[in-house]
Amino acid sequence: MTAKIITVTSGKGGVGKTTATANLAVALAQIGQRVVCLDADIGLRNLDVVMGLENRIVYDLVDVIEGRCRLKQAMIRDKRFDDLHLIPAAQTRDKNAISPSDMMKLGEDLRDEADWVIIDSPAGIERGFRNAIAPADEILVITNPDVSAVRDADRIIGLIEAEQKEPAKLIINRLNPAMVQRGDMLDAEDVLELLAIKLIGIVPEDENVIVSTNVGKPVALDEKSRAGQAFRNISRRLMGDEIPLLNMDFKDDFLHKLSRMFK
Amino acid sequence: MEKLEAFPIKGFREGLLVTMGEGDWQKNFDALMQQIDGRCEFFEGAKIAIDVGERKLRAVEVCKLRDKLADRNVTLFALLSQSPATEAVAETLGLSTKKSVLKVNEEDLPRALYDGESALMIKKTLRSGTSVKYSGTVIVDGDINPGAEVIASGSIYVWGKIKGTVHAGIEGSEKEIIAALEISTEKMRIANIAYRESKLKIKPKKKVCKVVIDGNSLRFVDWEQHKLIE
Repeated sequence: MTAKIITVTSGKGGVGKTTATANLAVALAQIGQRVVCLDADIGLRNLDVVMGLENRIVYDLVDVIEGRCRLKQAMIRDKRFDDLHLIPAAQTRDKNAISPSDMMKLGEDLRDEADWVIIDSPAGIERGFRNAIAPADEILVITNPDVSAVRDADRIIGLIEAEQKEPAKLIINRLNPAMVQRGDMLDAEDVLELLAIKLIGIVPEDENVIVSTNVGKPVALDEKSRAGQAFRNISRRLMGDEIPLLNMDFKDDFLHKLSRMFK
Repeated sequence: MEKLEAFPIKGFREGLLVTMGEGDWQKNFDALMQQIDGRCEFFEGAKIAIDVGERKLRAVEVCKLRDKLADRNVTLFALLSQSPATEAVAETLGLSTKKSVLKVNEEDLPRALYDGESALMIKKTLRSGTSVKYSGTVIVDGDINPGAEVIASGSIYVWGKIKGTVHAGIEGSEKEIIAALEISTEKMRIANIAYRESKLKIKPKKKVCKVVIDGNSLRFVDWEQHKLIE
């Protein structure tokens, strides 16, 4: 099977792109898929840290593109799964080191190497973002349920529309049901009403995520983590399965409206 | 009979204006009759004004014109001419002449029609970061999201929600309006007048309303009640 290339982006920084990339990659690998994940955040790499592979880096994305190594030499095998690989970003260069067409060529080279290629986009709307979405078959936009993250996500979705890519799908990350109940946080419906794209998942706020980042063990590996469960569900939805949302005290009519959005 | 050139016809509220060509009166007369006969349904029961240019026409000629038209069930109500003699003849026979006909027409054009102005139609939601600037009126079939802006010299009509920034009448026209199915922004201006922002954290949502200039401020006009509110 040739790979499906997915880019994870957001606009705003710090909303959970890298966490989502690592967790979706791990969740797909767990169910037997061949996955390559790619850190396109040149200069500010951290996908390697989140996956616990920072000590195994020899070559990076820029080395591949500039021809200093072969593609396979830059692919780091994950500690836990033989069919999960990481191509890290370069830390000492910046986003101008590569171009969208470089990324498209790389995407084509990876088509036969995996079932899924997941690209971690940098924050922002400039070159790094454009590089990351260039090869994508599908784009996942991550946002937090707060006004400024949603504003940036709206901008990004507009830019994706302008590039005439397939419409993006949305992940609402770090939803805190208690805060929503108190009226201190936007609810999922507010976010969707503004962004008006298909929802592919909602990940609840979970302390385990911070711990997992520090030890390099993505929460999708943790049976007890709710965020982990949410990421596992999203990976199943990427595969085409219909999985109901985790219980986060949603209003009845919201779930009903959503059931039409999961097609 | 040779086919003679047809004269241009323009429609007004009062009737039709036929503009004759130059040259021999009889030839023009025949041409006019032929034109009317050729399209008798169109002219049936019509009221027409004829512009005869600089011709000097005598009373008998004008009478014959009126009668022959009447035979075809066409009423001559005005004779326009640059010749004072012709005008005098026309007025004696009870026909309107240049000044009065045109005056009536211009004044009677309903004020709701603004022919010749342009409008931009946008059939999508304007996402954050989008900026639309247009000389004319803008119509949006979709929302204007926070972080998006529409700036127009005319009015702004939105079949959707205004959450972003809108500025109508940017060149100073105070008759322009902003209208939408829902307005939850306070970043609105018409001409030089800005909406006074409230101190509330959560901005109120107004449904199905217009915003207009009222004195020195912008006010909402409620659609249901047809009156200024808040």
